[in-house]
Amino acid sequence: MSIERRKERIDRCIKAYTDDIFCLSSVREISYLMLPRVLPIALILLLVFFVPLYWKKVMVITFVMSIMAISWDFLASCGLISLGHALFFAMGAYVAGALNYYLGLPVYLTIPIATFTGGAISTMLVFPALRLRGIYFAMVTLIIPLMLMRVVEATKIIGGTEGISALSPLPGLEFGIGISMVAMWVTLFSLRRLITSDYGLIFVALMDNDRAVEASGLNILWFKVQAIFIGSTICAFCGAFMTHYYMSVGMSAFALDLSIFPVAATVVGGMGTLAGPLLGAMVLGPLSEALRGLGTFRVVIYAALLVVFIVGLPEGLFHYLRRKYEQIERWVER
Amino acid sequence: MLVYGFINSIILALMALGFSITFGISGVANFAHGAFYILGGILTWLFLIKFGMPYFLSAILAVLIVGAIGALMYRFLLVRLRGLVLSEVIATFAIGIIILELLRVFGVMGFEYRLPSFIQGSANVFGTYVGIQRIIIVAAGVVLLFALYLFVHHTKLGLSFRGVAQDDHTALSVGINPYKVSVFSLTLGSMLCAFVAILILPLGTISVDEGYDVLLKSLAVCIIGGLESTSGVFVASFIIGYVQVLTAMYISTSLTMVAVLACMLIILLIKPSGLFGKYKEIEERI
Repeated sequence: MSIERRKERIDRCIKAYTDDIFCLSSVREISYLMLPRVLPIALILLLVFFVPLYWKKVMVITFVMSIMAISWDFLASCGLISLGHALFFAMGAYVAGALNYYLGLPVYLTIPIATFTGGAISTMLVFPALRLRGIYFAMVTLIIPLMLMRVVEATKIIGGTEGISALSPLPGLEFGIGISMVAMWVTLFSLRRLITSDYGLIFVALMDNDRAVEASGLNILWFKVQAIFIGSTICAFCGAFMTHYYMSVGMSAFALDLSIFPVAATVVGGMGTLAGPLLGAMVLGPLSEALRGLGTFRVVIYAALLVVFIVGLPEGLFHYLRRKYEQIERWVER
Repeated sequence: MLVYGFINSIILALMALGFSITFGISGVANFAHGAFYILGGILTWLFLIKFGMPYFLSAILAVLIVGAIGALMYRFLLVRLRGLVLSEVIATFAIGIIILELLRVFGVMGFEYRLPSFIQGSANVFGTYVGIQRIIIVAAGVVLLFALYLFVHHTKLGLSFRGVAQDDHTALSVGINPYKVSVFSLTLGSMLCAFVAILILPLGTISVDEGYDVLLKSLAVCIIGGLESTSGVFVASFIIGYVQVLTAMYISTSLTMVAVLACMLIILLIKPSGLFGKYKEIEERI
């Protein structure tokens, strides 16, 4: 007869008092708290210097994609599940491209302008759907970018099928790496701050129980508009940045891959943590680059990975790692 | 023009029907809808052209296989995710992508991939010449709708479908197994989808991009009509169908998609739950 066992999870004692007491008394406690934050920053910084040129370019794309993923996770924690992040990206990309091409504005003007106007335009486009929630919102956001792609294709405005090319480049690859990396860390830590503040509490409450928020006398539509604006502004920055990085902008900015990548990164990394998507993007970005030789089959592997993760490890990598870091697990008799 | 708008609308309604039924009953938004549509078409093509089976047999085989895939998808994947709406959406969407992109890898593209029409020729309807295939589609659409109505209102299984759609806890307490009903609804939805594909695809070629297109169109129709209501699907597809034909006639053919998008956004602004989406209105939408 076998003895029934269960897995017992106990918080490490160091977690117990670093969580509650704000006065940290030893180097050990401080390093316990700082290690998970400082280590990735340092590692990535080191990595950027030592990888070959090709992989440096991959790193830039990975950074930008992880910003998109963080923004997706932020919107998802506000209850706004978007399947069309490409829309936000494309708005930033096209505004930056158009400003640069038609008005001849320099890079240091186009990116900031495109970031905010792109965010504003996408907020207006998504606005009709904001009264919906959950799956309904997801459906509408899936449709909008794909239809807009048809619009651009059909009406031949802003470059049509070929897109706009010969835009002014970023000043140097190092500049690009620096900007995208700093932007990534700034996005991550400021959104984490935001979401734990009183103001961010409303956003989280929107997901948990929006009728309770409404009952507290807050206009949920207005707060959803703000959430979308924050999320889409972040993505519009990515779009504007990538436009100048590639020196062109085209219909591929609306493509489905751009909408799927943030979702995939968040599912792999772990939802609702903001750091999880970053981890997911760091795994998926280089992976998809390594699989590039497979052509279309890459997308199949990608989607299969998504299914495996969502069924097999629904909590995501980040939650799993955090549990290992913060808790002791052992088997005990029931 | 009127006749073509009518046919166009019926086609849209048929496309959206499978999606709407699955969603209405089990609450699973089957984002693999477009993939099932193309899969139905390609399987029929495979049996018909490659294996030389009769049309009727290959169509039935294709419908059954797609239905089985739908059931398996529910049984092995979605069952673990019930209640997690987001995970369901991502999982079905990913499965749809896997199917479509695998088809693309196997090189499904080009002119040879087309189903022959059932009967060649055209007929005169109110002064316009219309291909027989289109007339068959309309006839089949009407028959399908009528059969569906009978099934849902006058058979035991259909009534239990409606029961689960309204409240699965109560349905459970009167002895309906919501789990079984959900499997059936997904099977039914995918079978409908494949059947409709076999009807419609002879009008054009089978291509992977068509799969995404079908998904978009059915989503648009369902959102405008209100997701769970079948009558909403019909009204919405008539709106979209005629809007498409009108823009194509009076403005430009390339602007049809713009018109549909504008139509959808305007209706969402005025009535967020769609034209006929009364049901579960407070629960799901604000």
